[in-house]
Amino acid sequence: MRNSGASLAETGRYLTRSLAQSLRLMVGMPDYDTYLSHMARTHPGQEAMSYEAFFRERLEARYGGGKGRCC
Amino acid sequence: MLKKIGWVAIGVLGTGAMAVIALAHGETVNAAWLVIAALCTYATAYRFYALFIAKTVFRLDPTRQTPAYRRNDGLDYVPTNRYVLFGHHFAAIAGAGPLVGPVLAAQMGYLPGVIWILLGVVLAGAVQDMTVLFLSTRRDGRSLGDMIRSEMGTLAGGIAGFGILMICVIVLSVLALVVVKALVGSPWGTFTVACTIPIALLMGIYGRFIRPGRILEVSAIGVVLLMAALIFGKTVHETPELARYFDFSGETLALLIIGYGFVASVLPVWLLLAPRDYLSTFLKIGAIAILAVGILLVQPNLEMPALTKFIDGSGPVWAGSVFPFLFITIACGAVSGWHALVSSGTTPKMIENETQIPFIGYGGMLAESFVAIMALIAATIIHPGVYFAMYSSAGIIGTTAAHASEVISSWGFVVTPEMIDQLAHDVGEKTVLSRTGGAPTFAVGMSMILAGMWGGKALMGIWYHFAILFEALFILTAVDAGTRAGRFMLQDLLGSFVPVMKRTDSMVANLTATFLCVAAWGYFLYQGVVDPLGGINTLWPLFGISNQMLAAVALLLGTVVLFRMKRDRYAWVTMAPAAWLLICTLTAGWQKIFSADPKVGFLAHAAKYADGLAQGVLIAPAKTPEAMARIVFNDRLDAGLCALFIFVVLSVLVYSVRTCLAARRAHHPTARETPFEPMAAA
Repeated sequence: MRNSGASLAETGRYLTRSLAQSLRLMVGMPDYDTYLSHMARTHPGQEAMSYEAFFRERLEARYGGGKGRCC
Repeated sequence: MLKKIGWVAIGVLGTGAMAVIALAHGETVNAAWLVIAALCTYATAYRFYALFIAKTVFRLDPTRQTPAYRRNDGLDYVPTNRYVLFGHHFAAIAGAGPLVGPVLAAQMGYLPGVIWILLGVVLAGAVQDMTVLFLSTRRDGRSLGDMIRSEMGTLAGGIAGFGILMICVIVLSVLALVVVKALVGSPWGTFTVACTIPIALLMGIYGRFIRPGRILEVSAIGVVLLMAALIFGKTVHETPELARYFDFSGETLALLIIGYGFVASVLPVWLLLAPRDYLSTFLKIGAIAILAVGILLVQPNLEMPALTKFIDGSGPVWAGSVFPFLFITIACGAVSGWHALVSSGTTPKMIENETQIPFIGYGGMLAESFVAIMALIAATIIHPGVYFAMYSSAGIIGTTAAHASEVISSWGFVVTPEMIDQLAHDVGEKTVLSRTGGAPTFAVGMSMILAGMWGGKALMGIWYHFAILFEALFILTAVDAGTRAGRFMLQDLLGSFVPVMKRTDSMVANLTATFLCVAAWGYFLYQGVVDPLGGINTLWPLFGISNQMLAAVALLLGTVVLFRMKRDRYAWVTMAPAAWLLICTLTAGWQKIFSADPKVGFLAHAAKYADGLAQGVLIAPAKTPEAMARIVFNDRLDAGLCALFIFVVLSVLVYSVRTCLAARRAHHPTARETPFEPMAAA
């Protein structure tokens, strides 16, 4: 759908990935690959967090800090 | 040309559908007409009004860099595909509100609710969400309180911030009350909801130590376990030896939830809160999707008439006339101030381009409004006699099916005791009489729709408890997350006076703040449970008033900014809905305090009980003079809270008017936006 040449399998993979990405973001977990490519692009010298560290950092950011939701 | 014909066709179809539901006299109307009317309204409003606001009023600029790019950190600020972001935004705004309010409003017939939900969302609710999203996107994703401070001054910001904290307290107590009311004397429901705690703990440990961070995997496991608990709940219900462990009174349930709220909000987030959040979010989205499919496939008939005689304000579910009380009873779904906090939270930090603001802000709210329409359908496909049997407090209809059917039939809604008992049997409850609170009524409607789609009467009990489970689950998650958020707000506030309170690493400070927060909402929850008028009757208007006032505050901020941007020509876009909300909430607030009708006015109700005390007469349902004294105190407290909300909103109004006048005198725009930076070439 994105580019007309894409095969059905590719489209399927793209849709599955987007769905998983949407579900994760619904519970406040941004995309790890996007984070990695951001780190590689803008901070090539710095070491990126591992997935586990990234996961914990995001968990704290969503529920730990002063900001929150209540309904 | 073809496009124009298409829009004309949508307009004609929508108007026709609206005519069918509005003009039905005597005969039942199919819910499909309601769905068509809603969808046509949404499509037209989005295409014409939302895009008008985007292009002409806000002048959204596709070349302007958004915070997601400017401050991209791969964590909070991430440019995100608009469909993915829509899902995130919708999941954050959709809560229990749209499922409860429309169900309560159904006592007046379906028509008043439908008209307010559709008009409200198009002209007020969606406008508010989109406006706040726009403002926050232009200000690096800053929060509502922050923006009020920078556009209207520190004091206005402080007052609004305090108002928000009080609203949180009321929201938490009223939501918890909905859960209590749904679980009283229901072993099946209580068992399933209780099971969510060990399941969440298990998921938390799995997601921390066994397979760290595999959210979708651990959620799938959790959902399977939860469904197993739901099915086993039937056995619990049918086995008296098991059932008695899960059969609680309202008071006990309230204390259990208060205790739970305290413990849950001091445990590490990964252990309980986060896994519960996964379960509740996915279950919520899944249940909404299933319900939509069910309504489309089953196309049930609306049994409730378009209007009932209770539009005069004498209804048994809640007291008060259409104006102003309908407009505060249905908050979420038409307009909800709560969304202003979400729209100035995580969403603006991820938006890829300003031109996506209407889709996410306005569109997201339209989707929420559709949830409210579905809840209204669920409540109105129930036989009206049964609806009133479920929704009137025991003080009005008594505690036996025979007596209830007599009273309700005298109102003109024919219902037999057998119908009431049969329903209780079908859904696997001991009784459905006086299940006030909204959740059980919605759950009955939902189970009727879903049983019509799959399983028939045999599965009705499962579907009913599925609906109760999903509502209770996300309400308890909100209680947990809200207590935690409230605790941080409180620590911040108290920290200004007692510096040690600010330290989030101090156990004493944390526990004290958590205790204060839980005590605040717990007090109102307990008060609601023992309330002679059924609790919801007292607390829901307070919630509605405060929530709509927050919406008015957000729309006032929008108006101020439009003035400061020198777009006063178009300020009516936010000014008109703000004015309407102010009229409704101030009138409702005034009546809740001063109305001479003890069913409506807090002070009149207090006076009735105070008189009784003075003369030494006991007034039911109070059984002791102490209980009566407590009712008097609580009524006065509620009146005080109402007055406080009125003070908050009036202060913000005064500051808004002053700021608007100052902005008019200025010769150039004074809005404090983050300076323009062009979008980098892709």
